[in-house]
This record gives sequence, structure tokens and C-alpha cells, in this order.
Amino acid sequence: MTTVGQTQDGSSALGLPVGAQRKVMKQSTREALYGYAMLSPWLIGFLVFVLFPMVASLVIGMFRTDFLTSWEFVGLYYYKSVVADVLVRKALLNTAYFSLVSVPLSTILALSIAVMLNQGIKGQSIWRTIYYLPSVVSGVAVALLWRWLYEPEMGLFNTVLRGLGVDNPPRWVFSEQWAMPSLIIMALWGAGAPMLIYLAGLRGIPTALYEAAEIDGASSFRRFFTITLPLLTPTIFFNVVLSIIGSWQIFTQALIMADGGPNNATLTAVLHLYRTGFRNAYFGYASAQAWFLFLIILVFVLMALRSAKSWVHYERV
Amino acid sequence: MATTALRNRRYVGSRLTEFLYRVLLYAAVLLGAFIFAVPLFWMLRTAVMPTWQVFRYPPEWIPAEWNWSNFKVPFQTFPFERWFVNSGIIAVGSAIGTALSASMVGFSFARLRFPLREPLFLIVLATMILPEHVRLVPTYLLFTWMGWVGTFLPLIAPNWFAPAFFVFLMRQFFMTIPKEYDDSAYIDGCSPFGMFWRIHLPLSLPAVGVVIIFQITFQWNDFLNPLIYLNKVQMYTVALGLRLFQGQLSNNMQALMAASLMAILPTLLVFFFAQRYFVQGIVVTGVKG
Repeated sequence: MTTVGQTQDGSSALGLPVGAQRKVMKQSTREALYGYAMLSPWLIGFLVFVLFPMVASLVIGMFRTDFLTSWEFVGLYYYKSVVADVLVRKALLNTAYFSLVSVPLSTILALSIAVMLNQGIKGQSIWRTIYYLPSVVSGVAVALLWRWLYEPEMGLFNTVLRGLGVDNPPRWVFSEQWAMPSLIIMALWGAGAPMLIYLAGLRGIPTALYEAAEIDGASSFRRFFTITLPLLTPTIFFNVVLSIIGSWQIFTQALIMADGGPNNATLTAVLHLYRTGFRNAYFGYASAQAWFLFLIILVFVLMALRSAKSWVHYERV
Repeated sequence: MATTALRNRRYVGSRLTEFLYRVLLYAAVLLGAFIFAVPLFWMLRTAVMPTWQVFRYPPEWIPAEWNWSNFKVPFQTFPFERWFVNSGIIAVGSAIGTALSASMVGFSFARLRFPLREPLFLIVLATMILPEHVRLVPTYLLFTWMGWVGTFLPLIAPNWFAPAFFVFLMRQFFMTIPKEYDDSAYIDGCSPFGMFWRIHLPLSLPAVGVVIIFQITFQWNDFLNPLIYLNKVQMYTVALGLRLFQGQLSNNMQALMAASLMAILPTLLVFFFAQRYFVQGIVVTGVKG
């Protein structure tokens, strides 16, 4: 457990004189010095790129500033405005909608695919690649592609829907009502990454458990809900937390596909923050919004952590 | 004995069910794979279509001919090749810095003993789940002060300071290297840094590969940071440049899709040549988290 002790034991085992004890103490000091020296890039990065911005963000939120010409102290004005601002509220509600729908759906989808591919299917690695590939490509190119897929007349979606006999297919990102569901469907296309993690988690479950359950006469349905799912809950939990945080920061898709429209239907929290700060140069207000958004994400993450006690199984087999 | 007989009977009785189950399973997997693959097919199909066919109604699935000239349009309209070079510089520059710094810090957390190691590592974990947007505005202020706005430095430099996610990944990997290596190295009079550089780093090249590939992909796909920091068209990354295309080529969908296809091509190539690393990286960070 304590390797400092082991080094001491090792040294005396080598038959060093008792006087070497002082040298051994030095050894641990030396190790600690090296330890700090070698983690210094992280420490500097943490202070400069994490801690400073976190604190500075709070302070900047008290100024009306464009960072170039003026710094005018406005106190808590922006922090109060955030709560009352109709557009901020709209952006937060939109993002909440995206997060609350896309996270459960993509979790279920990823799990289902992983379970299907884990049934001893032939050519598993090829299927895995096909499902995983879309989550490798992302960003602007993919957003442009999906905007084209959603194009009401020429797009893939409505071509298929009309082929299936739907007379009046939705206008997807071009309609206020369907714009957010469109972003959610697009997000599901990236379910391959969590799928891969669940697949690895499934393989880690000892087969002995299934054999025992089979001898006891448990149906495959029951085996899934009493063995597979409980043992996978730590993995699921970790991914859900990361997805929640990621989903609240949706930006590129909303900007490229509909630029926040139509009628602010896809105005997301980070998009609004970007516009306030970097397009309209109200950096103070953008900072206040960033902190507000941060608190909301924190609440959701804490809720997830708290709920973990009741559904995440941590005992290892 | 009785239970075995029971099991056998149930097995025989369920053979048909089992068969039907397999058929349904393969059908579902196939249908799902088709749905996941079809958007990328549509991208390729549009990119090679002749102009007259793209806006034909009703839309057609198969291009009448392969019209590669669509791929020339982006280069004629904008400094597209320049954007590729820019994206490459940023991606590779970030990846090298991340690999060096994250592996060194990861080693320190995994193998060296010093006071406050555990609390500091908890901070690493906390930073991992810290939303990036909170840091956006103050970091921009910082780089404005330093006069770096409009250069690649704001996009590369932070990655030389051991991003938390990759520290975690490397640390997890170093933990799996047997302790005996350390002891023998100490006895041979190796310094902790020498131990990292000569023993642990060469042993963890697969993990370093994961870090490099992930970081290249992240940086290549990043949009928000280039959008904030780069203001001259000559300095744009591919992702940022595509947005210019969107404005200019909105009625030339085949050229826009050709440009998009070229933009994702490097990540696709990296993926196909290093699929093992991708899978490994995802699994290390996801399952053991």
C-alpha cells in the first residue's frame, strides 16, 4: 500500500547500513518534488485556464464592458436581469427540452444497440463500425449535411416519408414546431459512442452469472433485468452524467442548422450567450448568463448523483 | 437429472422461437445499420451528382453520373486548401502538446507519492465535468490582454497544459503497468522523470496514440473556439470556412456537400486507420470511469 515503506524495506533488504535511513527519507522528499514538478503543467493550466476564468467570470458579470473601450460597474444588475430576461428564459427552456428528451432517448438507443450486438451476432465488428462511425464525424460538416437531409422538398427525410405515403411531411428545422425535435433526432445519430462503451461493459459481465441464472430457470428477459442491467448501471450512470453536461452546451447544430430560428425555436443557452458576448459585445451579461447556466447544470448533475444511490449498483463481482 | 430433462425439453420446444428470435434480431440490426449509414450515403450521393439532377423533383437516390468537378468548386471559391493546412496545424500542434503534458501529469498522479495527491486528483476529475462555456468569456479576455486574438495560439496553447480528460485517461493507463518496473528502475538509480521517459512512456504508446487521435478529432471538429478567436478568412479552419460556404453556396448544394465530405475525410481516414485506438480510448474512459 505505502510504497515509501516498500522502498525502505527494499533498501534494508538490500543490506544497506542503518545510516541510510536518512537517505531514504530524502528519497521520498525527492519523489514528492518530482511529483509536483511533473504535474506543474496541469497545475498552471488549472490556475490560468480554469480557476482564474471561474472567478473572473463572476467579476466580469458585474461590469458592462466590451473589453476594449469601457468597463462600467453595474453591480448585480446583470445577475438580476438573467432571471427576468424573456429571451434567456426561452433559451434555457429550449435547452432543457433538448437535454431532457435527447439524453434518455440516446441512452436507451445506445443500450438497445449494444444489447443487440452482444447476442453473439455474426460480423459484430462491422456492425459496430457502422453504428459508431457517425459519432466520429461531427461539427459543422455534419450540421450542414443534416440541414440538407431535413430540406422539406429535396431532403432525404421527406423523400422517404412521401415514399411511405405521408402527404404532408413536417418542415423539420424550417418549422418552429419541429425544429427542436429535428436537433434531437440528429443527436440520436451520435449514439454510437455510448453504444461502444455499453458494449464493452456488457462483455465485462462474467458469463458464470448467466449460466447460474439459466440453471435456476431464469428467462432471458429476467436475466437482462436482474443481471445485465444492474451490473451495467455504473457505466450507464457515468455516461448519463456526461451526456447531461454535453447536452446543455449544444451550440454548433443550433447555429448552423437554423441560426436559433425559426422564431427562436432553436435558440439554445450557449448560442444566446455567444450572441450576447461575442456578437453584441455585452461580455458582462454573457458572463452572468454563463454562471446561471453553470448553476443549472450543477443542479442537474447533483440530482443525478443523489439519485445514483437508489439505482446504481457498485458492488463488483 | 430431472432439471436437465426439463431444460432439454424446453430447449427443443423453443427451437422455433429461438430461430424466429435470431431472424428478428438480424433484421433489427440490419435496419438500424441502414438508418445509421444512410445520411452519409446521401452526402456522397449529393456531392457527386450533376447539377441538373440535384434539384430534380422528386429527388433521385442514384447519381446519373459521377460528377467529380463538384469537388473543385470549394477550391475555386475560397482558400480551401489553406483552411486544411490551418486546421492541420492547430490539430497536430494541440495533439503533441496534449500527449506530452497529459502523459507526464498522468504519470505523476499514477506513480509518484506526494502530499495532497488525492485531493488534487479529485480536482482533475471535477474539471473534467466542468462545462466549458463558463470559461469562455474570461479566457477570451485573457487572450485579448495577451494580444493573441486572431492567431492560432488560443486554440493550441491551452492544450499544452494537460487537459483534465486526457490526464485521467493516461493515469488510468499508467495504473495498469506493473509496479516491479518502478522498483527495478529505482534500484538502478533512475530518477522519477527518467522512469517516466525511459520506461513508462515507451510502454504506453498505445494510450498516447489514443490521446493524439482523440485530440486531433476534437480539434478538427471544433467550431466554437475558432469562431471566437479567428477573424481573417486566410486564418480560418475548415469548420469555420464551411460556414462561409453555407452563405455563398446555398444554391449549390452539390458543391457544399462535396466541401463537407472533404472536411470530414481526415477524421474518417484517422478513424479507419486507427479504429483499435478509438475503441480502446472510449472503453478506458467510459467503463472504468
